Amino acid sequence: MVQLTLPKNSRMTTGKTWPKPEGASNLRKFQIYRWSPDDGKNPQLDTYYVDMDTCGPMILDALIKIKSEIDPTLSFRRSCREGICGSCAMNIDGINTLACIYGMDEIKGDVRIYPLPHTEVVRDLIPDLTHFYAQHASIMPWLETKTNRPAKEWKQSIEDREKLDGLYECVMCASCSTSCPSYWWNGDKYLGPAALLHAYRWIIDSRDEATGARLDELEDPFKLYRCHTIMNCTKTCPKGLNPAKAIAQIKKMMLERVV
Amino acid sequence: MRYLTDRKRAEGKGASHSGTEHFWYMKVSAFGLALIVPMFLYVLGGAIGGSHAEVLATFSQPGPAILTGLVLVVGLQHFQKGALVMLEDYSHGSMRRVLIMLLVAMIYGLTATGLYALAKIAL
Repeated sequence: MVQLTLPKNSRMTTGKTWPKPEGASNLRKFQIYRWSPDDGKNPQLDTYYVDMDTCGPMILDALIKIKSEIDPTLSFRRSCREGICGSCAMNIDGINTLACIYGMDEIKGDVRIYPLPHTEVVRDLIPDLTHFYAQHASIMPWLETKTNRPAKEWKQSIEDREKLDGLYECVMCASCSTSCPSYWWNGDKYLGPAALLHAYRWIIDSRDEATGARLDELEDPFKLYRCHTIMNCTKTCPKGLNPAKAIAQIKKMMLERVV
Repeated sequence: MRYLTDRKRAEGKGASHSGTEHFWYMKVSAFGLALIVPMFLYVLGGAIGGSHAEVLATFSQPGPAILTGLVLVVGLQHFQKGALVMLEDYSHGSMRRVLIMLLVAMIYGLTATGLYALAKIAL
C-alpha cells in the first residue's frame, strides 16, 4: 500500500543553528535540509542567517553565500544561474522551482529549502534523478525518420515549427515530475509530466516519422494514463510551461486512433 | 540487489497497449450520467412522499424503470472503473490484484441485486 509516513531513517530532526554574521543588521533566516550518507544520522534542518545587504536577490545567491562564507559542506547543484540548465531545482518555501530564478522577495518570513520531494537524496539538496533521466531516454528524445536523409535538410513550415513552442523550452529540472502525486506513488512506471511533455514534443514534430510507434509505446494505464490532470506540474513549472496540456494532447491523439 | 541498468528499469515490461478504452469509457459514461442522473432524481423526487403503491406504480412504468436500470448499470460501471484507478494508484503487488478482484465482484453483485429488485418492481 502507499506509504503515508516517512521511514524512521528519513524523519527530520532539529539541526545546527549557525552563528549570525557579526555587525549585520539586515538578516534573513534560512532553514535548509541537510543529510549526509556518510554519518548514518537522520536528515536535519540547519538554520543559517544571511546578511541581505551583501547578498544577491535570488535564492541561489543566498545558497552560494552560505556555502562560501558560513558552511562549505552544504551541497547543492548549480551551473548557469539563469534558468537554462535546470540544475538548481529544489523545494523552496513549499514550491518546486529553480533557485537561480526564484527571488527572495517572493517569500514572506523565513526561507525553508528542501530537496525535490519524493526523490532519493544523494546529499543535502541533491536528489538522485537517475530514473528520471532514464525515463526521458526511454521516450526516444530525438528525430526518428525512415525516409532517406535529404540532401540539405529536413524542412519544416513556420506553422509546424510553432507547434513546438512551449515544449522545446523544457530544461529537465524535474520540478514538475516531483510535484506530481501520481509520480510519487507510481514513479517506477508512470513516465511523469516532464518525460511526457518531451514525448509530445517529438510526436507533433512534423519531421518525425515514428508518430505511431511513439504513441504505441505510451499507450499504457501506467506510463500515460496515471495522469489525473491534477496540474501540479503546470502550476510549479519554473519555465511557465504546461505539461498537463501536452499530456492531454497525447490522450487526444490516442483517442483519434480509436474513435 | 539486482544489477539492472537504469534504462532497463525505466523500460520495465514495456507498454501494455491498453488504457485508451478505459479513458474513453469514463468520458462517455460521465457525459451520459450527467444527463440521466438529474432525470432519475426528478423521477425519484416526484415519487417521494407517495404511498408504497404509488411509488411501485411510478417505477413499474417503462420510462422510469428503464431510466433506473440505466443509472444502476452505467453508474456502477463508472464507479468500478473509477475505483479501479484509485486502487491502481494507492496499492501495489498482490494486494492490488486482490482488491481489484473484490471490487469487480462487489460491483457485479450490486448490479445483479439492483436489477433483480428493479425487475421485481417493474415486471
